[in-house]
Amino acid sequence: MDLAEIGRRLELQDLYTDYVACLDTDALERWPEFFIEDCVYRITSAENHEAGLPLGLIYATSKNMLKDRVSALREANIYEPQCYRHLVSGLRTEPDGLDASDVTASFLVVRTMQDGAMILFAAGRYLDRVVRTASGWKFARKIVVLDSRRIDTLLAIPL
Amino acid sequence: MPQALEWPQQGNSRVPYRVFADPDIYRAELDRIFLGANWQYLVLADELPEPGDYKTTFLGETPVIVTRGEDGEIHAMVNRCAHRGNLVCLKSQGHTKDGLTCVYHAWRYDLAGNLTSVAFRRGVAGKGGMAESFRLEEHGLRKLRVDQFGGLVFGTLSPDAPALSDYIGNLIGSRIGRVIRGKPKILGTTSQILHNNWKLYIENTKDTYHASLLHTFFTTFRISRLTNTGGVAIAESGAHHASYTYGGKTDDKAASDRLYSEIHSLHEDYRLQDPRFLDSVDEIGDGVTLQILSVFPNFVLQQIHNSIALRLVLPKGPDETELQWIFIGFEDDDEAMTERRLQQANLVGPAGYVSMEDGAVGGFIQRAIKGGDAEGACSVIEMGGVEHASQETRATEASVRGFWQAYRQTMGL
Repeated sequence: MDLAEIGRRLELQDLYTDYVACLDTDALERWPEFFIEDCVYRITSAENHEAGLPLGLIYATSKNMLKDRVSALREANIYEPQCYRHLVSGLRTEPDGLDASDVTASFLVVRTMQDGAMILFAAGRYLDRVVRTASGWKFARKIVVLDSRRIDTLLAIPL
Repeated sequence: MPQALEWPQQGNSRVPYRVFADPDIYRAELDRIFLGANWQYLVLADELPEPGDYKTTFLGETPVIVTRGEDGEIHAMVNRCAHRGNLVCLKSQGHTKDGLTCVYHAWRYDLAGNLTSVAFRRGVAGKGGMAESFRLEEHGLRKLRVDQFGGLVFGTLSPDAPALSDYIGNLIGSRIGRVIRGKPKILGTTSQILHNNWKLYIENTKDTYHASLLHTFFTTFRISRLTNTGGVAIAESGAHHASYTYGGKTDDKAASDRLYSEIHSLHEDYRLQDPRFLDSVDEIGDGVTLQILSVFPNFVLQQIHNSIALRLVLPKGPDETELQWIFIGFEDDDEAMTERRLQQANLVGPAGYVSMEDGAVGGFIQRAIKGGDAEGACSVIEMGGVEHASQETRATEASVRGFWQAYRQTMGL
């Protein structure tokens, strides 16, 4: 592996570390900044994904739609205080030239409620495409494929 | 010592909280409501196009197999082997070329649930086996009655349920018909585990009063307010309902803002940066932008702009419910219409802008009614009076009272 490739892997590793830290520390206003303007963000289940069904639990086709998600969570939607802990592993990159790459990774999310109740809230895969921009690596596409079709209560904070 | 439940004398405008928590009442509901003379949604007929296609679901908590038989008809039966009670179908859906076989002792059934063979029925080398008197035809899977309404397949175990079209009736049937106008195409499914009694979710879908109060996304963006023209159509029995809103016929905006500003602060500066996901068309052509419809006991059909979904409310215990969502479009949708339906699906489901609160509020009630002091306490359901007739307003709880009317009738309470 050449040095450039090693450097790129470390950069992408950092991208994912920063991404989940943003979600897990309630820095949601920063979340859209991980995406390019005309991005695609979708949360689906393995069942839908494998059947080729297009439904998204969250279905966004622009960075502005992600910003709207955040303002709705802050200003309009009502849900109990809760936080996530993401564990991401098994990052696999498939470079497409120097400035783009498909990336897949596994994630686990533990959700903790205000009374201390914790559950294994979600497990699944990220099926992503990242591109290098003037301000670093950004997601052009992020498809979150949940292993389970069931969501406990509701899904407010993004994955 | 548990006391027999005595319904408050005020009737349907009072509901004892005990009905949401008592395990004995829950067991009685499984028997009288879900195994009783009530039609329940099973599948879309188009989900089982070919003979041999099958899908599993539930009648209350009772596991059910739905098949497309060799005769081209849809059949449904309890998913429980007649021999020793094992699940016959293990997969949630699939296709079989040679009927249904129980994995435990290889008893075989045809696609209509008739027992066709018993392994080692004559024993081995003249020893063992079933008695001569054993009749295959007496040991099939327990069969449901099956009927369809506009491609929606319903089932019941009761011989006493009226024909499905009579059960649904014209008032509600015509409102199903205005939504299901073509050959449905599934866009995707999802489900939520709700930590509350199933009836708390049903009350929520029937409750037009809460929509613009709990769901502030609607109000803030003036998508729907109680000040929009609309109403609620309720079956005479109270069992089924359809609430509807006319999008174009908004009442005076300033007056509406005044009314809502007394309730919670309006975010005048709050605007969507990319409102494309709300781009909708009046595909039905009658100006109704929102219709929530329920068929007793546990089926909901939603039209929110161009987002159309079936919801199935499955009881999983006194304080747990699975809410299944089936999002649909139609075969003749063009690409733009499919995209609209997918974008507007952001409004509903577990992460829905306007429905995520519904996933939580039932659990809040379930927690609030814990503790012995809630045993004798009741909810107060008096918006719009105490009757359960159709009304031309949504500032009412008439359809919630309708549910309790049908519930009490069925439960003998």
